[in-house]
Order: sequence, then structure tokens, then C-alpha cells
Amino acid sequence: MKNLKLIALLVIPTLFSTSCSNDDSAVNEDEVITTITTTLIGGGQTITLTSRDADGDGPNAPIVTVSGNLVAGTTYSGSTTFVNELANPSEDITEEIALEGADHQVFYQLPSTVGTLTYTDTDESGKPIGLNFTLVTGSAGTTGTLIVTLRHLPNKSASGVAAGDITNAGGNTDAAVTFPIEVN
Amino acid sequence: MRFLSILFFFLVGFFGYAQVTITGVISDENGLPIRDAHVHIANKTTSTNSKGSYTLSDVPKGKQKLYISLIGYHAIAETIEISTDLTLNRQLKIDITKLEEITIQHLSNSKSESSNEQVLKRATIEKFSNQTLGEALKEISGVSILKTGSTIVKPVINGLHSNRVPIINNNVRLEDQQWGTEHTPNFDINSAGKITVIKGASALQYGGDAIGGIVIIEPEVIKKDTLVGKTIINLASNGMGGSLSSSLQKGNLYGWSWNALGTFKYLGDRETPDYVLSNSGNREQNFSGGIRYAQEMYNFNAMYSFYNAQIGIIKASHIGNVNDLYNSINNQLPNVAEPFAYSINSPKQKLQHHLIKFNYERWLNEESSINLQYAFQFNNRLEFDVRRSSANNDKAALDLQLATHTFLADYKTNIGNWKLKSGLNLGYQNNFANPKTGVRPLIPSYEKLDAGLYGIAVYKFDNATSLESGIRYDFSTIEATKYYLKSRWEERGYHEDFPEFIVGEEGNQWLTKPTFDYHNITANIGYRKQFHHEMEWLVNVSLASRNPNPSELFSDGLHHSTGQVELGDLRLKKEQAYKFNTTFKKDWKSFQVQLNPFVNRISNFIYLQPIGFETTIRGAFPVWEFKQTEALLTGFDINSKWKITNHFSHELGMAYVHGQNLSTDEYLIDMPPFVINNKIQYKNESWFNFVSELKSEVVFRQNQFPNYNFETNIVVNNELTPVLVDISSPPKGYHLLHFYSEMTFKINKKNSLTTSFSIQNIGNTTYRDYLNRQRFFVDEMGRNVQIQLKFNY
Repeated sequence: MKNLKLIALLVIPTLFSTSCSNDDSAVNEDEVITTITTTLIGGGQTITLTSRDADGDGPNAPIVTVSGNLVAGTTYSGSTTFVNELANPSEDITEEIALEGADHQVFYQLPSTVGTLTYTDTDESGKPIGLNFTLVTGSAGTTGTLIVTLRHLPNKSASGVAAGDITNAGGNTDAAVTFPIEVN
Repeated sequence: MRFLSILFFFLVGFFGYAQVTITGVISDENGLPIRDAHVHIANKTTSTNSKGSYTLSDVPKGKQKLYISLIGYHAIAETIEISTDLTLNRQLKIDITKLEEITIQHLSNSKSESSNEQVLKRATIEKFSNQTLGEALKEISGVSILKTGSTIVKPVINGLHSNRVPIINNNVRLEDQQWGTEHTPNFDINSAGKITVIKGASALQYGGDAIGGIVIIEPEVIKKDTLVGKTIINLASNGMGGSLSSSLQKGNLYGWSWNALGTFKYLGDRETPDYVLSNSGNREQNFSGGIRYAQEMYNFNAMYSFYNAQIGIIKASHIGNVNDLYNSINNQLPNVAEPFAYSINSPKQKLQHHLIKFNYERWLNEESSINLQYAFQFNNRLEFDVRRSSANNDKAALDLQLATHTFLADYKTNIGNWKLKSGLNLGYQNNFANPKTGVRPLIPSYEKLDAGLYGIAVYKFDNATSLESGIRYDFSTIEATKYYLKSRWEERGYHEDFPEFIVGEEGNQWLTKPTFDYHNITANIGYRKQFHHEMEWLVNVSLASRNPNPSELFSDGLHHSTGQVELGDLRLKKEQAYKFNTTFKKDWKSFQVQLNPFVNRISNFIYLQPIGFETTIRGAFPVWEFKQTEALLTGFDINSKWKITNHFSHELGMAYVHGQNLSTDEYLIDMPPFVINNKIQYKNESWFNFVSELKSEVVFRQNQFPNYNFETNIVVNNELTPVLVDISSPPKGYHLLHFYSEMTFKINKKNSLTTSFSIQNIGNTTYRDYLNRQRFFVDEMGRNVQIQLKFNY
């Protein structure tokens, strides 16, 4: 009985002292993508399409800017980058995606009248990653939206996925942005 | 002895009084007094006190039946001729064969005099050894379950759940982060000896916030010198796994006693009739143990329990954005279904709960006792998400560490016809949201202090009528430390209402310290009347208050594991509920029926409502906001038991809840649909205690639901197209059949083996349940065949 009481007295203060470790530091968010930039180079011009969400998962919607219109019947060499501007210094996530290429794929959805896309990069098993591509624009006077989606752990072997069809890709969406496109 | 007392009566007896007083002492074979023995003479009943003595007054004269009983002892039944005041002393002999019945000590006193207590006994609890607390509680009509997948199961009492249904384990309020719907009670069902459900806030000694009801779990305490063991082995076809639970108990009336229990569970992916629920496996490794030292006037006990679980979250429920949600709802097919596997990958939960308790009880005299208790609980909740970078896959996305200290002091006394209880509690709670997860936590770090005081009085007019009344005061203060995105702070309008909470700035975030104080008065009054033997009427009115929980106050963003934005509100006020609850019980010889209607009027009822969507760079996400409204819940529960023949019996259970949102004149969201359960049992004791049951479970479609559907743009044929996301429509009703059978083989006097065979969902029916958070993504589990072996030694 006496021993028990002693044990009790010893245990209680240790519990108190271990449970009060508070750390008020802010979370260093490592999952955020704030900025997606798709750059199209061709026909002597460089067009940049940017979506920037300065508050990450916060309530404000991303701000989308498109630097100019595309020229009809032109072949553009395209690339997309993913950056976290909330980190200091800002963190380029594109490299991480390229390194773990087999686990990621960027999809581009665009009405075929506006243009057609072809992947120009591959992961270690010869499947596309989608960070680099070529875009051949359609006829003048067409408009539409270009939807850029970054999928994590897609099923790249599923039907049509390697060719850029997102329908059967599965996986999780890490980023999805919509750019208005105009071809003159 | 009997002869002597009759002789005594003849020698001393004289006539003239119509009623007499009987006194006596009940002891065991060693002459030690027995407390809590039930003494029944004529229509009078009482229990023995700590000295083993009892007094029954106003006993009518004449030939009367004397009946003395206590679980674990042979009962005494005699007929005696009474004509004068008498002393009747008796000795009770231990009944070895009734060892299994030996249960709880004086904790078994009713928790609330005027409320209907519904109890799950050990035999029922053991059937659910392989499952969860919630699934066991569903056996009680009026209790439904809120699920996330197949292993995260929360009890819902009369339509209410989570923080509105406190769980009291071993006299300690379980503090295991019950604020979330996907937070399962961190409790090993195998450590329960008896579970009591009270559908209201009338058990004021446990708190005043049980707006839905309260679940009270008590362990087994064996009060005699013996050593018993039990091992339960379960095997399940669905999940291709099972569990093993083994316990040892050394019992004693006085002196030392102890117990120890270990449970292991290991199950892989569950399956629907059509596909595998990928990543739905779970594991548990639990331990509990305690020691107790008892003497005639005091006892001391210490216990420790550890719950350790790993639960997979179904892969198909991990959605990216509203596009995925829309596809899932419309396709009614999961986006991933892989071959069966045992492995558990992200998303998953890792839960740990430690409980240490010290309790000292002292009897001051024959009628009064005090009870002092200190308990420490530490709960660690880790949620793992599918992370973008595989380097982070082993890092939890949520890491909450909740430490709770509670001190209780209770005093009980009986004075004449009065039974009084009073007590106080002090609590300190500290939640630590680990910032090293790399994901902003929805629940912040906080500190909370609680203090409460209660008094309960019961007046017994006679043995058949009693009036109970109680009052309680609670003070609570909470201070949180939370970083808010500046954009969120403004979007919520906090910059106007709560500028004083800001204490710092970091990049695009405000560091805030929101502080709230709450003073709550809760009360309860009830009446119990027993009309002769066959009918009983109970009525209870209670006022309960519940403070908003941290999730309701502070949630502020994307809940990654559910793919939805959840927004709390710092302006939320406390909920207050007035519940009227009445029970009629009628007991014919072979037919018993119980009817329990209720009305629960809740002011400032807090609920989570879908309000639309928010666009981020990941796409659009549905937004759910905590709102407050005036609510009215009405309904009834009906139970009946019919003993058709010596072998056949029938049980019926029905439950209905109607939830009305009075402010908007809509139905309340997530109310359980109407349920009818029928069970036919065949029992034959001469065939090794053979029991066989067929149960039918009919769940109607919930037609009373609010419409919170919203429009959003999704990509169809490479173009953005507006669509309606139907998140409101409940799934169809369903009918399931379940089978259960068991046999018990006595190996010798002490050892026995019970084997059972059961099938859940015999028809392998495909269905979805309105109260499953994953009903948008996957079907419920298909057929499950289970085998259980139970050794008692």
C-alpha cells in the first residue's frame, strides 16, 4: 500500500512535466504550390500563362494572367513549372516532379480546334511526365481553355493516359488551373 | 437456522400489529459481512450495507416469501411466517457455476434514478470482440452508427453524436479528440464488462454536456478470491483476419486483486460484393491492467490502459477536388479498386491513447462514502496523407497530442428516504498541434481549464416511487494559439469582430490567441413510478449545455483526408438542449415491451453544412461551414421481447428520429433513417447451450433531408461545363439478414469453451448508408463469415 502511494506520487509529476511541451512556431508548409507557369516559345514570340494563388489553400482564388494570343498554325515548344512562392526563398517544385517522374504526370486539356499537344519528355520507364511538350495551334479565330492538371500517382499504363488523356488516369490532383486561350 | 427463526417467532410472537420490521445481517461462509446483497421480503426490497446488515420496515404479517441474492452466490428462497419484528441472519454460499455472472461492485448502482438505462452485458459485448464499440452499441434501439469506411465507427444516440455523446470509461471521461466525425472512440471493446447507455443528460455526475446521451463503460470486478482467465479468438472472412484477446483476473473481496488484458487485431482490405475496398485494413494492439486493494471500509485501485490502432482510409475516398467528387457521386463506382492486400498505406490514421487512473474510495459510515480520483490521459492522433513528395510519405500530415488531467471528488450518502450525491471536478487539458508536419493543422494548440460542481438528490416515497433532481455548474476557459491566413481572417470577418486576438504576424499569417470563457448551469428532474410488478413509468426533463469544440471554433481550411474545406466560426455560442424523455415498460410473463418517446429542443445547435466551393490552385473544393440554428429533434424507440416457447423467442427494435431546423424550416442534415430490427432466437440448453439467431435489419431511405446541392464547373470533353453536385440525396434503403449461433462445452467445473459461427449480410447485399461519410465513394462491406472461440478457464 505504502509502495503504491509512493509510485503514484512519483508518476504524477513526471506526467505533468512531459505533457506541457508547447511550440508556437508557424507551420512551414511543404505541400503548397502557389504558382504554375506554362511557357510557350514559337514563331519568334514567348507567351507565358501564369496562375498565382498567393494564399495557397486559403479563400482567395488564383489570379490567372496570359501574356498574349497565339498565332495560328504555329508549332510552340512548351514547358510548365511549379513553384511555391510562400517558401523563403521560393521553392521550385518542378525538379522534384522531374526526379519522381514516374509518380507524376501533367495533363493538358484543350479543344482540338485550338491546338494539339504532344509530350516531349519521358520518365525512367519511357512514359511521359508532361513537363515539356509541343503545341501546334489550330486555325485563326478559335478560342478555348487550356486546363493544366498535375496528377500524383496516376496510372500511366491505363488506356490513353500516356497519350495525354486524363480520363482513366486516376491518382490525386496536386494542381489544376484553367487558362483562356485565343488563336489569331 | 430456519427452524430457529420459526421457533423464535413462536416463543416471542404476539399479535396486534399489521406490519413489522425485519432486520438482519448477511454474511459469507467465513462469517464476513456481504455488502449489496439484495433482500426481498413480501413486496419490500433493500440491499445490505457495508456491515452486511439490512432493515425492512412495514413488512406485512403472515406467510411471506424471503429471497436473498447476490451475483456469484447461491440465492436463498424461503417462506416464513411473520407476526412480529424479527432478526433474520443468513449466510450466502459462493456459487462456482455462476462465476461468469460476477460483475461490477457498487458502481453498479444506477447512474440515474429516473432515466431509462439500457445495458449491454458481457455476453453481448463478447460477440463484438472483433469489431468496435459503436457496432456493439447499435444493438440498443435508438443507437445508430456514424461511419467513415468500415472501421471508424461512432455511436449516434437519438440522432446526435461526437461531443454530444460523452463516453465514460472506468469512471473517466474519454478525452480522445471526439470532435471529428472520422474520429473513432479510442477504446478496446474487449476491456468492457458492462456498457450502459442513458439517452439524455440526466447522469449529471459525469458532466452537463450530454445533449445526445451518455455511454458508461465499466470493467469487470470479481469480488471473491479466485483466478479466472479468458481468451477469445476471432476469425473473419471479410478482411481475411481476426483478433485475439486474452485476459487474466485475480479477484478478491478484501486484500489484493489484479487484472490484465491484451488484444491484437489484424485485418486486411474489406470487400463489397463487387470490389475490394482498397486500403481498408486495420490493426490494433491494446493492453490494460489494474491492481486493487480493498478492506472493509476502503479500497484503492490503480489502472493503466493503452489503445494502439492503425486504420487505413479507403483509397477511393481520397479525392483531389470537386471534379473527382462529382465523378464519384455520379459514377457510383470507386476510382481505385486493387486486388486484396493486408498492407495499410497512406491515407491512414495512427492512434494511441494512454489512460492512467488512481482511485480511492472510503466508507465514512454505513451510509456514506467518498471517492477521490485522479486520471491522466494522453492521446496522439497521426493522420497520414498521400503527399506530393514521396520523401514526405512517412511524415504525418496531422499530429495532435492531447493531454488531459482530471481530478474528481464525490460524496454519497443515504439519509432516511433521501439519497444524496455531490462532487466536484477539476480538469486541465493541453492540445499540441505539431507544426513539423508541413501541413497547416485545422485544430490548433490550446489549453483548457475546467471546473465543475454538482449535487443530486433522490427522494424515495416508497420502494415504487422516487423523485430525482440534480443541478450542476461548470466553468471552462480555453486559450488557443493559432496561425490564420490573413485572407481567411478577413474572409471570416474576424478582423472586425476579434482584432484583440491578434498577437503577432508571420508572412501572410496572423498569430492569434483566441480565448473564450464559458459558465454553464445544467439541471435535471425526474420521476419513477412502479405500478405493481408489471408496469414502470419514468419521466425526465433535463437542461444540458455544450461548449463549441475546437473543430467547430477553429477549423479554417482544407481537410486533406476528406478533400473538403471546413470552416469553423469563432462566433459560435454554446449549445443548450432541453430534453424531455419518458419510458413506459410493461412486463407480462412472456412478453415485455418498452416505449421511449423523446423531444429534444436544442438552441444554437451546431452542424456542418455544405455551402458551395472554393477554388485553389489544386482546383475547386466543396466548402462545409459550421453553422448554428434552432433545432427540434423528436422521435421514439420501441423494444419488445416475446418468449414464444421455452425454445423460441422474438425481439423487436425500432427507432425513429425527426430532425427539424426551425430557423430555416428545413430538415436537419445527417439524421439517422427509420430502422426496424427483428430477431428470432432458438435456444436449447440441453444441446450444449445451443443458441441460434436470425436477425433482419431494415433501414429505410432517409426522406427527410435538406438540399445543400451546389453548382460548379467541371471539365467535360476538354471544356469547363457547369454541373450540379448532388451531395444531399440519401442512398436507397436496404434490408440485411444476419445469422448467429453458438454452443458451450463444459470441460470441467471451471473450464468451458464456447464456439460461435456468424454471418453478417447473408445475402451479400450491395448497399450504401446515409450515415457513412464514404457513401459518395464506395459501397458498404459485403458478406462476412465469422468464427469465434472463447475459452473460460
